[in-house]
Formats: sequence, C-alpha cells, structure tokens
Amino acid sequence: MNGGHDLGGMHGLGPINPEPEAEEPVFHADWERSAFAVTLATALLGRWNIDMGRHSRERQHPATYLRNSYYENWFAGTQTLLVESGLVTAAEIAEGRPRSKAQGIRVPGPEQALNAVKAGGPADIDAPITPAYKVGDRVRVRNFNPRGHTRAPRYVRGHVGEIVRLHGIHVYPDTHTPEKTEGFPLYSVRFSGAELWGPDGDGRSAVYADLWEPYLEKP
Amino acid sequence: MPPSDHRDHGHDHDHDDHDHHHDHTEPPSDIALRVKSLESLLIEKGLVDPATLDALVDRYEHRVGPRNGAKVVARAWTDPKYLQWLRDDPNAAIGDFGFKGRQGEHMVCVENGPKVHNLVVCTLCSCYPWTVLGLPPVWYKSAPYRSRAVADPRGVLAEFGTKLADDVEVRVWDSTSEMRYLVIPERPAGTDGWSAEQLEPLVTRNSMIGVEKAKSPADLKKAAAE
Repeated sequence: MNGGHDLGGMHGLGPINPEPEAEEPVFHADWERSAFAVTLATALLGRWNIDMGRHSRERQHPATYLRNSYYENWFAGTQTLLVESGLVTAAEIAEGRPRSKAQGIRVPGPEQALNAVKAGGPADIDAPITPAYKVGDRVRVRNFNPRGHTRAPRYVRGHVGEIVRLHGIHVYPDTHTPEKTEGFPLYSVRFSGAELWGPDGDGRSAVYADLWEPYLEKP
Repeated sequence: MPPSDHRDHGHDHDHDDHDHHHDHTEPPSDIALRVKSLESLLIEKGLVDPATLDALVDRYEHRVGPRNGAKVVARAWTDPKYLQWLRDDPNAAIGDFGFKGRQGEHMVCVENGPKVHNLVVCTLCSCYPWTVLGLPPVWYKSAPYRSRAVADPRGVLAEFGTKLADDVEVRVWDSTSEMRYLVIPERPAGTDGWSAEQLEPLVTRNSMIGVEKAKSPADLKKAAAE
C-alpha cells in the first residue's frame, strides 16, 4: 500500500539529530520496554506473521504514523492485530480488564520464548521454482499500486535496475497469511542514483533493494 | 510486585543517567498508561506470561547488542579465512559466535573499501540485524533517516560527520526483505599487528550501519582520556 510508512525519497522531514552512540539507551522509557515485549510475546502466539505485523502499522493514517514515535506505532499495530485476531475485544481494551479468560491458547513461558527468538524464523523455502532472471539481467520494477501489504517501495517502481544476486526462494510478503505461504525468487537489484532521482540524485551512489520476482518485468 | 514495576525498578539501577526522561514526580504519559493497561489486560486474560516479557526485554536490552557485530568485524579484519567464510556463508560464519535468531536469519556482509562505502537503511520500516547489532537506534527508525538515506546518502553521512572523497561510490542497501545487512568497515590505519581483541573497541555500531567509519587509534585514546 502507498502508506505513510513508504518514506524513501520524501522531503521535509527535518534533520536526523542522532543521539551520540555512547549515550543512547536501548529503551527511552519503561513503556517502550512493555510495548516491545508485548509485541514480541503476542507475535509468538502464531496468530499473525511478520508481514501482517508490518501491515498493521502501515494501515494507520499517514499523519498518525508519522507523528507517532516508533514504539507508539508498534503498540498501535499490536492492538489492531489482537482485536482482529479475536484474542482481545475492543471493549476489553477500552475497559482495561478481561471479560473472559483466554481459552485453549498455548502461552510461551520465558524459556520457550527465548528459544523461539534464538531460533528465529527463516523466510527462505524449498520450492521447485526456476528463477526467471539471472545476475546481470536488467529488470524494470512494475508500475503497480496494490492496496494491501507490499515490500516494493514507491521510489523504485517503474525504474530499471540490474540483478546483482539471487537470494533464493523467499516467502512472498504480499500474500503471506498464517494459512498461506507462497514463495518466489528474491533478487538484489541495483539502481543507480541517477536512474532513481534524475538530476537531483547522487550520481556516485547506487541503491540496492531486495525485490521478489512478481515485482519485476523485462524492461 | 507486578512485572512492569519490576522492570521500572531495574531501569532505575541500570540507566541512572537517563532517568531525567521520566521524572517520577510527573504523571505518566497517555501512551505509558495505555501500554501498561494493555499489558495488564493481556496478563490477566492469560495471553502473555509476565516472566516472558521480562526475559525478552532482558535479552534485547542486555544480552544482544553491537558488541556482537564488533567481534565479527574484528575477526574479519585479522583472519583472511574468516573474511572469506563471511563472504561465502555469512550465516554460518556469524553463527560461529552463536549470533543467530530473529532478525538475523539471512545475513549479508557488505565490505567498505577505498572506493566503496556501504550504508544500510530500511525505508519501509526498521529492518536491522538484531543478532549482531541489537535493537536499532532511534535515528535509524526515524522518518528523516529513512527518507533521505536512499536519495541523499552523502548528505546523510555529512550529518554524522562522515565525509567521503568524490570518487567513492556510496552503496545504499534498502532492507526491503528478510535479508539483513552488516557493513564491514575499513580497518583503520595504524593498527598493524593489533589482535582482534584490541581492534574490537574501534568497531562502533554506527560503523556497522555505515553512517560512520570505524574509530582510529587516536579516537580511542581521546575517548579514554575523557
């Protein structure tokens, strides 16, 4: 979707103002710890996947997304997914207390949760798919504007780049649900700064984006 | 003591320097109240285990961080066989230290050199190699960085005080998939004969994202004197 999260090339967002590395804490307030941990712990319940998690944040009004701090966006997305998955009702969130206890849900304890994050969740899958492109091929990113989740940023759509690497067959974020996992070849595609930004770009720079085969076409 | 208070308590001791962010005489913010309310709801409802929340925070606040990545880089600087392993099979080479898991399942190392400088961003969210760098800094997740890194990388680098020669190509890696990028900065001059352990402190988090170069021996001396 063309949401407030798709920021590549946007102007007017101000200076970066980085905190000095040696002084920056991992969390800046205790509620950030809670928002982080609740998001991770509820994701481990398996009712949604990482792509749905991203989409839940992207679906906010662009003004809200941009105004919110990072963990405010995480919190908003997690609330959305908890309600949509039926794990919690909107009334329970409004009242701050449960109307019923959760039934038949396996809640990971600390050891199980740590094992899960230490193991991770690989996104590559075994599938008998022959990639349509090879290293060195020129490809164009399709001009498409899906309303759902996608990982093709607006700033590369319609532009021509070169395949520099095949990463393998990876889960396709655009159609990924708990019930459906589709895989497509994932490529690293190199775009010159001039191709992406014209005379306003940096002619001595290049951008590499990871793009799935359905995003691409022959130029 | 409820788990949230437990974490508050730990925070006071671990980060005294940063407590000015939330003076205890001020009422908690709206977002703090809403997050705590949801956390309590989920615990009462039986959807999360408070001990799990504590364990996850502890791991990502204290156990996983950029010192992991520094070990990888310092070994790559001193051991050509390891560098080749990193190029050929980065997951296995990084996994050799035990650095594995969520947000580090598919690693790629990109090497800086005299004519190439790499910079990592995630324009669509905040993808970052947790296993080697921990959780990303605020600026990495911010709209200014995400919007400009791809379009004006030299301007972004200048904001970090990093100036590159005109003939250096900047390669910006937009983390649009589950591939995660770790920059191998250039080994600083004046470190001939240094061991991996000696080199590690030169490898900063920012140098592994690519917004800065690794520290020089002079930087290290200066920091020690301060």
